[in-house]
Amino acid sequence: MSRTYASVEEIISDLPAIREVCASLRETLLANLVMIGEIPAPTFKEEARIDFLLQRFSECGLNNTSTDEYGNGVGVLPGKNRKRNILLHAHADTVFSERRDHNVSVHADKICGPGIADNSLGLAVLATLPTLLEKLGVELDAGLVLMGGARSLGRGDLAGIRFFLENNKLSLTSGICVEGVQIGRLSYASAGMLRGEITCHVPEEYDWIRRGTTGAILILNEVVNGILGIALPRKPKTSIVLGSIEAGEGFNIIPTEGRLCFEVRSESAEIVQRIAGELDDIVENVISQTGAEVDLDVVARREPAGLPIGHPLVKQTREIMSSLRLLPHITPSISELSAMIAHGLPAVTLGVTQGDRLHELRESVKIESMFTGIAQLVGVLLAMDGGFCDDPE
Amino acid sequence: MTLNKWISKNTFHHSQFWDLKQLIEDKKKQGLTISLCLPTLNEEKTIGKEIILFKSELMDRYPLLDEIAVIDSGSTDQTREIAAAYGADVYLSADILPQYGEKKGKGENLWKAVYQLKGDIICYVDADIANIHPRFAYGLIAPLIYNETIKYVKAFYDRPLAFSQGVRPSGGGRVTEILIRPLFSLFFPDLTGLIQPLSGEYAVRREVLEKIPFPIGYGVETSHILDVYKEWGMEAFGQTDLDQRVHRNQETLSLGKMAFGILRAFLARSATMGLDIDMSKLSSIMRQFQAHDEKYEQIEYEIVEEERPPMITLPEYREKFGRK
Repeated sequence: MSRTYASVEEIISDLPAIREVCASLRETLLANLVMIGEIPAPTFKEEARIDFLLQRFSECGLNNTSTDEYGNGVGVLPGKNRKRNILLHAHADTVFSERRDHNVSVHADKICGPGIADNSLGLAVLATLPTLLEKLGVELDAGLVLMGGARSLGRGDLAGIRFFLENNKLSLTSGICVEGVQIGRLSYASAGMLRGEITCHVPEEYDWIRRGTTGAILILNEVVNGILGIALPRKPKTSIVLGSIEAGEGFNIIPTEGRLCFEVRSESAEIVQRIAGELDDIVENVISQTGAEVDLDVVARREPAGLPIGHPLVKQTREIMSSLRLLPHITPSISELSAMIAHGLPAVTLGVTQGDRLHELRESVKIESMFTGIAQLVGVLLAMDGGFCDDPE
Repeated sequence: MTLNKWISKNTFHHSQFWDLKQLIEDKKKQGLTISLCLPTLNEEKTIGKEIILFKSELMDRYPLLDEIAVIDSGSTDQTREIAAAYGADVYLSADILPQYGEKKGKGENLWKAVYQLKGDIICYVDADIANIHPRFAYGLIAPLIYNETIKYVKAFYDRPLAFSQGVRPSGGGRVTEILIRPLFSLFFPDLTGLIQPLSGEYAVRREVLEKIPFPIGYGVETSHILDVYKEWGMEAFGQTDLDQRVHRNQETLSLGKMAFGILRAFLARSATMGLDIDMSKLSSIMRQFQAHDEKYEQIEYEIVEEERPPMITLPEYREKFGRK
């Protein structure tokens, strides 16, 4: 296997061998996955997971490892050229509370457990990558910055990656966001997004007889009806996700508190802005009709942005995926990719394997396709390292 | 050595052995080989995870283990296939020393492992541990590497996640506290220093394993402890706190049968341990009750603690390992 590559074609011709080496590290990868997956890491409580990741980096001989004040864990594999660094990022947090049973089970063809796909596998790939590159005999020209990102999901609002991008002193040239699933995913643009929660509070002394309502649930229902009335264009693509709703304690206790979490996504920043205005109107309308306290709290916002489809990074990534018989599934991202692109860092998001039951306790990932997913990742990394993904301008 | 002194000197916590590089160096200096034995019977849900963790961490990353072997009692699920797929050496218990027949019981697998595996130290770990971690092996092996006198290291599990006061009850499971500890307190008070004498995880030197008999059923752990105590004394024991162990909980009736088997194994050693009990006069029938509507019926279980002889007495073993 060649150790330096003169073209992407050379990299592509080595991908089957790279995949074989990935497969030879199966137990190392899966052990990392099991151990990471069994460490609970709800957003804002990623410390134990990050500690484990840094311990793994140290065991692999990475001398430059550290955490920062936002709880990110970073390990640097130095390259020959100090002026170039490639950022590989996997978010460390999961949607599961630490009170959930985080036991991971290993089957003949898959691994199951809460958060195993999103994103314990992404983190396990980062933990395994130094060993893999060593076994491949690859010495990168660019430095490799391996980052387990904290405070990514939900109210975390990408705070970890934003902090890192704004405060690190490294010269970053490109980035890859590693997501456990789905293999074939290719994101190179971020959608516009507005994430928020609408809370309502009904006073205890509320005049129930006069209003004839059943408390916070009905008020949130009025809000939902209002949201359903918002006209969404087919183009640019726009959607509103009603993610969760919470209110009430039982059968006969009138609920006084309620909360609705939602997310607006659109390819157009103007439409996100227009919907934000309509949400304000809906809330004001419900307040005036019911007299309840209703608040709209925007917890995260993204501007749509991205690389053009003709960007060398996108083209080479598609080539590499196609050579591995992966049909690129182009999807806009609202995760770390948007922070990288907003920071001017050319980046893509890639998935590692197939998985299902996402965000359920029995979330699972398939083992066999992991090796193809990691070969794809290494291929793109080598293409970045060789300068084949740089924008000519 | 007083019991309290033994407890403070020979009781460890796995975190004392976090420096695996140092452990490997000491192992190399002593020229030791170490085998991990996982006795199995229908453990497809947990065996893959155990092998992945032990192989990755204690063979590939830190070469503490020289072999990982599954000794299977004839699983009817995917246990053997999964274990082999993840890189363990898999043996069917019946295929080992077939000329000595096949007996059913965990002790049979442990005994045959002494013949089949090559290590100077054999570490036995149950295959049904949900929260498996490399500490379950290195925590037990390390005292044998660091202390020549210690020959037999038992696991115990402690450290609750939260406790509000400085003093808290500690000890073993139900059978340990209701049967074993009272028995040991009556007859062998030294042995009460073992916090969980029945735990299924232990690491032992071959020189000990080859010289002790193996009851094939419930009594194997108890008889090992009595035999090692008689031959090598309390100083041969070590015990390591492995924190928490998550596994299947057994029903009370199953524990009753276990207690019966253990009691028979204990009494069987009475003569050699200086107690005067005639085993031939004791019943081998364990009786339990079950109810159908208003009717109660007694169920009888014959629990005979069959025993395998010390491995060193087998000519096949002496030839394989060059013993005279």
